[in-house]
Amino acid sequence: MNTHVPLEHVMLLAVALFAIGLAGLLARRNLIFMLVSVEVMLNAAGLAFIAAGAYWGQVDGQSMFIFILTMAAAEVAVGLAIILQFHWRHHHLDADAAATMKG
Amino acid sequence: MTLAFYIAAAVALAATFRAVTHADAVHALLYFIVSLLAAAVIFYILGAPFVAALEIIIYAGAIIVLFLFVVMLLHIGRGQRREERTWIRPRVWIGPAMLAAVLLAATVTVILAESPPAPYDLPQATAPSDIGVSLFGPYVVAVQLAALLLLAGLVGASHLRRHDKSTPLRAKGDPP
Repeated sequence: MNTHVPLEHVMLLAVALFAIGLAGLLARRNLIFMLVSVEVMLNAAGLAFIAAGAYWGQVDGQSMFIFILTMAAAEVAVGLAIILQFHWRHHHLDADAAATMKG
Repeated sequence: MTLAFYIAAAVALAATFRAVTHADAVHALLYFIVSLLAAAVIFYILGAPFVAALEIIIYAGAIIVLFLFVVMLLHIGRGQRREERTWIRPRVWIGPAMLAAVLLAATVTVILAESPPAPYDLPQATAPSDIGVSLFGPYVVAVQLAALLLLAGLVGASHLRRHDKSTPLRAKGDPP
């Protein structure tokens, strides 16, 4: 690392961000916020990869972040399409309504 | 540089917290953009300028803007916001916050207990060409798989957006 930021502190930040995302995912009922919480968690995982990669002086962490980014883009495309379809059928975004979904 | 990291970390934590707890979807997404910008600053500090640029261009610039498009497409207005406020009462947060806090405490304990081994060498800021060499050298199979994943996402999204008017499939008890 070309700075004096300790690896532990970056990891602690990543874990804290992940925990916030997890709490949001569990607590929210609106599908859009649930998807945003998943994005928060993915971003925290990416931060951990970057920190570890920077610590070891390898580019692998950054390569992994690019894969996470690709995965997030694909996931958001499908997730938002599902949200649009859900809103078209139910006229709201309450995730609890999906409990009655069939097939 | 070290001070900049802690400032960016504080901004990222505060913005993420607001993004997750806000009742208004558009405001929450704008807070999330701030959080991503703070993360980009951290990436830059950690010697990953290319990834910092990608974070801004792809994450903040494409993915979150896609979210904003959908939120605006759905006409989520005042009624939705009021409904949302009834959904996110503090009581709802107790269980998830406790679970997340337990996980956080456990991981923090593990991270602080183990001092990391010494790094291999003195790292520098990585050039984009190094990442390209890494992606198309040892990770070329993963790149192909990522392409496959994107194709699957494309097909899935374009299939799901179909309005099948013949079978509305509305669940019982839903308002029409």
